[in-house]
Amino acid sequence: MTDLDTFRAETRAWLEANCPPEMREPIRTDKDACWGGRNPDFQPGQKEWMDAMASRGWTVPDWPVAYGGGGLSPAETKVLREEMAAMKCRNPLNSFGISMLGPALLKYGTEEQKLDYLTKIAKGQIRWCQGYSEPNAGSDLASLATSAEDAGDHYVINGQKVWTSYADKADWIFCLVRTDKTTKQGGISFVLFDMASPGVSTKPILLISGYSPFCETFMDNVKVPKSQRVHDENKGWDVAKYLLGHEREMISGMGLASSGGNPLIEGAIATIGLDHDGRLADPLLRASIASFEVRANAFGSMSERFIDELKAGRAHPAQPSMMKYYGTELNKSRHELMMAAGGSNLLEWESESSRGGAEARAWLRTKANSIEGGTSEVQLNIIAKRILELPA
Amino acid sequence: MPLFLDDDQTALQDTIRDFVGEHAPVKHMRALRDANDATGFSRDLWKSFAEMGFTGILIGEAEGGLGLGHVEAGVVLEEIGRNLSPSPFLTTAVAAVATLKGTAHAARWFPGILAGDTVAALAIDEGAKHRDSVGLTAERSGNGFKLTGKKQFVTHGHVADLLIVAARTAGSADDAAGITLFAIPKDLANLTATPERLADSSIAARLDFDGVEIDADAVIGDVDGGRSPLDRLLRAGRTGASAELLGVGGGAMDMTVGYLKQRKQFGTMIGSFQALQHRAAHLYSEMEVARAAVIKAQQLLDANSDTADTAVSVAKAMTAMATTLSVQEGVQMHGGIGMTDEYNIGFYMKRARVLAEMFGDANFHADRVARAAGY
Ligand SMILES: Cc1cc2nc3c(=O)[nH]c(=O)nc-3n(C[C@H](O)[C@H](O)[C@H](O)COP(=O)(O)OP(=O)(O)OC[C@H]3O[C@@H](n4cnc5c(N)ncnc54)[C@H](O)[C@@H]3O)c2cc1C
Ligand SMILES: Cc1cc2nc3c(=O)[nH]c(=O)nc-3n(C[C@H](O)[C@H](O)[C@H](O)COP(=O)(O)OP(=O)(O)OC[C@H]3O[C@@H](n4cnc5c(N)ncnc54)[C@H](O)[C@@H]3O)c2cc1C
Repeated sequence: MTDLDTFRAETRAWLEANCPPEMREPIRTDKDACWGGRNPDFQPGQKEWMDAMASRGWTVPDWPVAYGGGGLSPAETKVLREEMAAMKCRNPLNSFGISMLGPALLKYGTEEQKLDYLTKIAKGQIRWCQGYSEPNAGSDLASLATSAEDAGDHYVINGQKVWTSYADKADWIFCLVRTDKTTKQGGISFVLFDMASPGVSTKPILLISGYSPFCETFMDNVKVPKSQRVHDENKGWDVAKYLLGHEREMISGMGLASSGGNPLIEGAIATIGLDHDGRLADPLLRASIASFEVRANAFGSMSERFIDELKAGRAHPAQPSMMKYYGTELNKSRHELMMAAGGSNLLEWESESSRGGAEARAWLRTKANSIEGGTSEVQLNIIAKRILELPA
Repeated sequence: MPLFLDDDQTALQDTIRDFVGEHAPVKHMRALRDANDATGFSRDLWKSFAEMGFTGILIGEAEGGLGLGHVEAGVVLEEIGRNLSPSPFLTTAVAAVATLKGTAHAARWFPGILAGDTVAALAIDEGAKHRDSVGLTAERSGNGFKLTGKKQFVTHGHVADLLIVAARTAGSADDAAGITLFAIPKDLANLTATPERLADSSIAARLDFDGVEIDADAVIGDVDGGRSPLDRLLRAGRTGASAELLGVGGGAMDMTVGYLKQRKQFGTMIGSFQALQHRAAHLYSEMEVARAAVIKAQQLLDANSDTADTAVSVAKAMTAMATTLSVQEGVQMHGGIGMTDEYNIGFYMKRARVLAEMFGDANFHADRVARAAGY
């Protein structure tokens, strides 16, 4: 047995012993995802699972042990993910800290910042939100106007953010602010602050899905110590872009089928049935699903290839844009097909049988996939310029 | 195993890229076409492939080959695709070798393949579309069999030294069982091969078996047990055709992106128009995803995995779709010159169409993916 085989066997045994049965059920609603934080809303099994994984550093398996990570190699991390998928284990901790802020701190944070923030992220103690977009700074993010006045050892922040996902549930925010009004990208700084700071307020926004997962966030003379700035003053755009790369990777994961079965195919068979040859009884829908599944399947391999290349330092730096573009467009197609397969059953918005319109709401939610984290059009611009090197 | 080429495979890629780029670039194919060459490929080139060891890429080292796998064979095929090089490599060094490997036929046929003397052709398809059914019959006759029926789309079938033929020894055309696979030599009585030039100027034969007598030792594996070697042939052929499609699509995309940086209209490079940039970026994404599907299938095939079969169908369908997009966008973005014979982009379109049909088109494979998933 190679070391990796040994690691696989031990990992499987440990997961078998430590992953509660509830945590092997497919994720059905937003509440099934565990977000941790100061005011957690745990379902049975979530805390045990999160804590067990955090005790081994496996909420962030490839981060250094010193910052609460598992210190695993890329190959070991892949084995862990494969074993978790095989056992249908849920992700123990969903977190913008893990998928977005963490990688940026690992690259740009001071040692003090890493020791403090990363460890808390790994343990699920602090829930983060992202303060990038503003009413007049969407795709053109660098035109942001929220200002940070220099007040000696701290900044005084004034302005408004919008579309801040989970701002009302988050403990801290990573936020882009303007520290120099004379230049565009070169006048932005990246700061972290507690959402409980005086002067911070949030107002939820109702979405077409009927949920309010995001907010307007207002900053009114909020004091932020300069020690909470990541990287140099006016160098925040580098951090912001680096973080966006990781955000895009995370969002691209939406293109993958969930680990627990294939709801599209199962749903279609349940409503439409199979003909005497074992084929879905609606041939045109079947053809659409089959073409979709070819792409989805191929994209599954693409995700694996992308992670392998990334870990080996071989991925093009703009490749996350391709992943984000393809994965989100695919996810929108998947939900269109799910709605088509479910017919009028899935149009019910409140009924018990539709679990409160869960599928219809999820379908509407996916429409944001190609907007959040940079729109599809913006990703195509990036691919054209940075990968294909087409002229401006 | 990571889903990218390792150092040895990358080194092989460099070698093969230089070799094919130098000896068989697109103008080599154009020259054969212009000369109305009756073979459809260069036997000299096949000889040099053998001298480089490439014809033995899948043959074990003990038997004198390179002992490599489908990932490496795909590296060769991608360059063949990129350069539109006419070559019996796919049918001979990949599909035929994968079929005969480990059987009694290896000793007879591999030396000629290693030497670059033997060319193989695959007599599988009977109708205009690739299907699972086999209708050509093989009846017991004397010490052997008598073959009766027709095959078509048999690439290199008019010049092949070795023909692999799928025939029916029991049951009826659509039955999964009752198939027998044969390895037969050329120049048999009552076998007529009619060469037909295809749109891409390659040559495929229509074969007419009018009671062709063959020896019993031509059977590959077991009588009535041909499904298993036939599946081996198809998996290798489909994976190889996917890799070649990747080369065709990638080559067309590179030409097109290059052209966008060169052609000026409205006082600026056409590559600065966002309408074209977005289409090029979308195309790039499809080709990247197709590349991942291909290496996945190759690795699973090399590992003898149970899931290889579906991965192979995903790769064939995905590369057919992505490459079809690539050649269509290619011709369109070249404007008027894309329609001219003088310009190479049209050759890519023709080759993509032929490869997309080979061993089952995107619809055929999407159907297989669906059936494997139970719907
Ligand atoms: C569900 C959801 C969650 C979000 N969560 C967060 C969050 O937590 N934190 C945060 O900071 N932000 C968040 N966002 C905001 C998101 O990042 C922005 O919506 C996004 O960047 C687009 O900006 P915009 O909405 O202002 O659209 P606009 O920039 O006004 O774009 C409108 C349209 O024009 C197109 N367009 C714009 N520029 C170009 C161009 N150069 N070329 C071609 N087309 C162009 C766009 O693609 C789009 O189709 C979230 C958004 C959604 C929908
Ligand atoms: C079969 C055939 C018959 C023809 N017959 C005639 C004829 O009888 N008489 C005649 O005068 N002409 C004829 N033409 C020429 C034809 O009108 C031109 O080919 C056509 O106008 C395109 O010009 P082009 O070939 O220079 O391509 P280009 O203008 O170089 O275009 C190249 C690519 O760039 C794109 N592009 C260009 N500008 C833009 C832009 N601003 N925004 C976005 N995309 C852009 C184009 O859509 C195209 O995809 C014929 C062409 C063909 C192929």
